[in-house]
Amino acid sequence: MCSYVTVTADVAGSAKGPDGWFSTTSVAVYFDHPYHAAYDHTLNIDFTDASRGPSARVAVELSAESARELIRCMETALEAAGAAVLP
Amino acid sequence: MTLRDEAMSAANVMLVGHQGDAINGYQATPTGAGPFPGVVVIHHMPGWDSATKEITRNFAAHGYNAICPNLYYREGPEDDPDDAAARARANGGVPDDRLVGDVSGAIAALRVLPTSNGKVGVIGYCSGGRQSFLVAISLPVDAAVDCYGAFVSGSAPEGFPLKVTPLIDRTESLGCPLLGLFGLEDQFPSPEQVDELEQALIAHGKTYEFHRYENAGHAFFSPNRTSFRPEAALDGWQRIFSWFETYLTPSEA
Repeated sequence: MCSYVTVTADVAGSAKGPDGWFSTTSVAVYFDHPYHAAYDHTLNIDFTDASRGPSARVAVELSAESARELIRCMETALEAAGAAVLP
Repeated sequence: MTLRDEAMSAANVMLVGHQGDAINGYQATPTGAGPFPGVVVIHHMPGWDSATKEITRNFAAHGYNAICPNLYYREGPEDDPDDAAARARANGGVPDDRLVGDVSGAIAALRVLPTSNGKVGVIGYCSGGRQSFLVAISLPVDAAVDCYGAFVSGSAPEGFPLKVTPLIDRTESLGCPLLGLFGLEDQFPSPEQVDELEQALIAHGKTYEFHRYENAGHAFFSPNRTSFRPEAALDGWQRIFSWFETYLTPSEA
């Protein structure tokens, strides 16, 4: 199915696309048909900078299991950093 | 019967879309004098991709003038189709009125082709299946095909922030014969939702034909996806060409 559901958020950081690094201002996350990955559905993440046009995009398409693993890794890394490093 | 040589021309063309906006589309036309029926191919949510353009060429190979309008042209006219699709998605998707306006432009472009026989059908896959039904209840077309379009009937699961509106309440406005092709293992649309749409078509006396395939779920036509089911796809393509031949090729008087 096409889920039609897209979750977006403002983010601050940088991403590296085909034209090099850019400041990313937005992230869009959706579980839907991938463009490239060999799955019926994937967890898709787009890091973009709207001011630079659609091609300023870093995209990933992950299996549901991989997406959950990514969440676990990010949370573990943030916890490991500790209060001394985190703002 | 003359053997078709499947020769064609295919290229991007400019179209007049919703509210006079310029959009582009991928056009594939058979060589020869015609007359040929026309088909508008509505791409799925991942965008104006290679697979949908291959479908467009397949119609030309079978003797149809075909155009696949780029529904995301506004979001990225010079960008890769997948980047434009991502931008369209982040912007909330394609509103129904814009879709109808853009497809109307593609229909007009097909009808003015010198090889046109005046007849135009519409077909869409996945989200395009719903949009094909939307076109068929909104614009004068001669035949329509809905390939597993979700949210024509039924309602969204609880907590599901659906951005589109079911269309079943407008079934009375359906102005052309409708072919529906569905997988019995699909949940969007579910077999029950397909049944619900069929009941509405019966209630309003519409000309339709539905085929439901076992061992097939969503997107069984897509040869580049794991959902591909060759048995369903092969039969489905035969049904599609039979449908369009019946309703887009005027019988000889």
